[in-house]
Amino acid sequence: MDLYLKHAEPTAEERAAVDAELGVPTTRWAGGDRDRAEESRVSYGGRDARAQRHLLLPILHAVQKRLGWISDGSLNYVARRLTVPPAEVYGVATFYAMLSTQQRPPTVAHVCDDIACRTNGALELIDAFDTTDGEVRDGAMWVRSPCLGLCEHAPAAMFQLADVDGRPRADFATAPVTAAQVGAVLDGGWVVTEPPGSTPQTQAPRAEGLRLLRRIGVVDPDSLDDYRRHGGYTALRRALQLGPAGVLREVTDSKLMGRGGAAFPTGVKWQAVASAPAHPHYLICNADESEPGTFKDRVLMESDPFALVEAMTIAGLATGCERGYLYIRGEYPLATARLTSAIAQASARGLLGEDVMGSGMRFELELRRGAGAYICGEETALMNSIEGYRGEPRNKPPFPTVAGLFGQPTLINNVETLVNVLDVVLTNGPAYAEVGTEKSTGTKLFCLSGHVERPGVYEVPFGTTLREMLDLAGGVKDGRPLQAVLLGGAAGTFIPEEQFDTPLTFEGTREIGASLGSGVILLFDDTVDLLDVLTRMAAFFRDESCGQCVPCRVGTVRQEEALVRLASGSANGSTAADVDLLGELSLVMKDASICGLGQTAPAALQSALALGLVPGVDSGHPGVDTSRTPESSTDEKQERP
Amino acid sequence: MRRNAPVMLGGVRRLLDVDIDGTTHRVPEGSTILDVLRDQDIDTPTLCYLGNLTPVNACRVCMVEVDGSRVLVPSCSRRVEDGMVVKTDTDRVRHSRKMVLELLASSTDMSLAEDAVHRWMDDYQVDVKRYGPPGPPAGAGERDRRQAGHHHVTDGMTAETVAQPTKVDNELYVRDYARCILCYKCVEACGEDAQNTFAIAVAGRGFDATIATEFDVALPDSACVYCGNCIGVCPTGALMPKSEYDMRQAGTWDESRQDQVTTVCTFCGVGCNLELTTQDNRIVRVDSPIDHSVTHGHLCIKGRFGYSHVQPD
Repeated sequence: MDLYLKHAEPTAEERAAVDAELGVPTTRWAGGDRDRAEESRVSYGGRDARAQRHLLLPILHAVQKRLGWISDGSLNYVARRLTVPPAEVYGVATFYAMLSTQQRPPTVAHVCDDIACRTNGALELIDAFDTTDGEVRDGAMWVRSPCLGLCEHAPAAMFQLADVDGRPRADFATAPVTAAQVGAVLDGGWVVTEPPGSTPQTQAPRAEGLRLLRRIGVVDPDSLDDYRRHGGYTALRRALQLGPAGVLREVTDSKLMGRGGAAFPTGVKWQAVASAPAHPHYLICNADESEPGTFKDRVLMESDPFALVEAMTIAGLATGCERGYLYIRGEYPLATARLTSAIAQASARGLLGEDVMGSGMRFELELRRGAGAYICGEETALMNSIEGYRGEPRNKPPFPTVAGLFGQPTLINNVETLVNVLDVVLTNGPAYAEVGTEKSTGTKLFCLSGHVERPGVYEVPFGTTLREMLDLAGGVKDGRPLQAVLLGGAAGTFIPEEQFDTPLTFEGTREIGASLGSGVILLFDDTVDLLDVLTRMAAFFRDESCGQCVPCRVGTVRQEEALVRLASGSANGSTAADVDLLGELSLVMKDASICGLGQTAPAALQSALALGLVPGVDSGHPGVDTSRTPESSTDEKQERP
Repeated sequence: MRRNAPVMLGGVRRLLDVDIDGTTHRVPEGSTILDVLRDQDIDTPTLCYLGNLTPVNACRVCMVEVDGSRVLVPSCSRRVEDGMVVKTDTDRVRHSRKMVLELLASSTDMSLAEDAVHRWMDDYQVDVKRYGPPGPPAGAGERDRRQAGHHHVTDGMTAETVAQPTKVDNELYVRDYARCILCYKCVEACGEDAQNTFAIAVAGRGFDATIATEFDVALPDSACVYCGNCIGVCPTGALMPKSEYDMRQAGTWDESRQDQVTTVCTFCGVGCNLELTTQDNRIVRVDSPIDHSVTHGHLCIKGRFGYSHVQPD
């Protein structure tokens, strides 16, 4: 297609930022110098040029990093290099919270004020700053951020640092953070914090029977040799002996269920991709962990990155994928660095690439960074994001196993699901299934945060009750009375005390109308203003809605407005009318939204209303939507963000 | 699939049994549920659907209940399957349709929407008052500058809207995004489904998403070729020829004095049908019939805007 580019030419620096990713342009078409002799005989552009669109997000990241924002000159140059219309590049660039199309200072602190950090002093932290949200001072600013996945050490901040005077600076996230530390970074300084471990069970005395966490705190996450010393790559060796059919059989026999929130049987999904007639097949690891209160995948990736690389290699082998993408959220700089290093080391040693472990099998793994969009955790939105489009979910069917990434059969699994496969292969399917319950096999990672004595990631066999989990984590912080427990994250539900003995399994939680979601257990003590928490969740969904479908795009706005009214006690008409309205909004969002984001956006609020947790609203209010939240059902292969 | 397309003899299509509201129909494989509903004259509201565009199923107003599906299904894009049981008039369906129309009406100026939209809003008893009075309009370009993932929390006493000043930056058409329901039709018509110009795209995120050129530059600085196919597909009057806009501003637009005249474009040999709207014997707007086999409703700049030579000022 012909591109019409506004007369904004890229500066040398803007060109350099893009060329560093794509190489120097060789044709006039792609923005290079004109070679009249050559151009009289050859034409460029067309399909080859357009096939590079999937590089759009990585290049926008590079420009943002180099310049601190995406200027019109650089945007035009990106459009020319990739043959993507500038309006579409702009549409993609404005979709992500970490990219800016307006000039921004090189130092931006993203300070989390989401539900877990809010219970641990985030608001006091923000009050202590001497600038306001978005105010630029001396080349720096801070903005409020949704959950950064560092909830166990809350409050958290992530620093997005662009180059200054050509000097590259690495992004970093840290927690717990103080106002003085944030101020120091904004002033051009640096902070080094060494947070306590994220997995209390791996500290002395070390818990027995850990599977997913067994290497954490023991293995050096930067060393392939150390990983192998601790049993690494024995699972891949065994998988190569078993062959694809053998691995599929073990995974199916293990009855492993997806851990991303939708609880779809992993074996069924793998079989579907393996037997799909169209080729090539693609593998995606969904590491866009953004559900408020969730940090288990981050801990796995930071502390044991090779395990994920090995597990993805096995998944690729079993399902006939020669190419895998690891899509990690943009707010996880440490995990990104560790995984990048792990992939490079594994490739250098022949554990990835043309000939994996000398087996003749080919598997290449590429890491892709998100750029601040919760919605990209929805599987089809994630695929659009990789392909270089806006991260808007697709309508299903067709499901990814039939037509996913680049329209090809695609296996997409969550980090925790994949890491489980190592154990499935090492033992065998039936042995794996002996742990846990009949329908929920194996162990599960739970993320405990909020007002809890020992926050962190805990690994327990399925069937452990919520009460046992709370005991394991030492109960409520400082022994205060418990006000509420949120299970499953912002898209989850509140659990009343009389249901604390429900086993935490897929079937057990489904029976009480809840869901495990991503394994979030967030505690709120009696000092918490729950309406404030609910309003923050509503604001989160309004911010993170992609805007594609009406029930979610407008519904999340109306839900937030009604909640603000409830919180301020100034109802529009009467409180009862506002509660009725929230119930009606809930029904349409659940029933008519395209994806899981809109479908679960009202879930936590409605469960809080039903339980009488909202001051001024009786638990038996007739307008509350008590119908089941339509997620985690296995009749549709849908992974929730 | 295109309705009213020219009759081409394709491959033989299997007939499937589909149950609609208790009656079984034999329909060709590959039809969408909406095709069947329209064939059966079951009134189904649609906003983002148009026969000459690929369904994006973004508006969620054509939802129906399908047995076995845990959520409602967009009838415009879901293809029928053998034995499918569809219900179009349940409480869930009615509630969702009503709420979608209500959410749109509470945030967008729907006054110039197609007549059918107003009929559906009456049928489903849309009540926008319960969301509170509309919030203040945004300043020029303000909505285009919002950063994804950030918004200012209001006091909830007014309902936030997309109201903003009309963008008038050329002599051929105007963009009044206070009327935009983000149905994606104009983006499709500008891009893959008709013109392949890609001058506009959806930008921003969530409620702050907009239809925009790159950096919100004025249309003359964008890739726009002024085919006006976006105007032809806009269901709410957000996109409008400047001639119509000026008359509406001046209060001289009067549909009771207007006639529709069908003719053939004289500029080239393609033979596009034109549907002229005339008032007081002057052309005030040009469209093309969506069911015309040559244009499918789309035109070029000459056909849509090149008529001043027949009526010099």
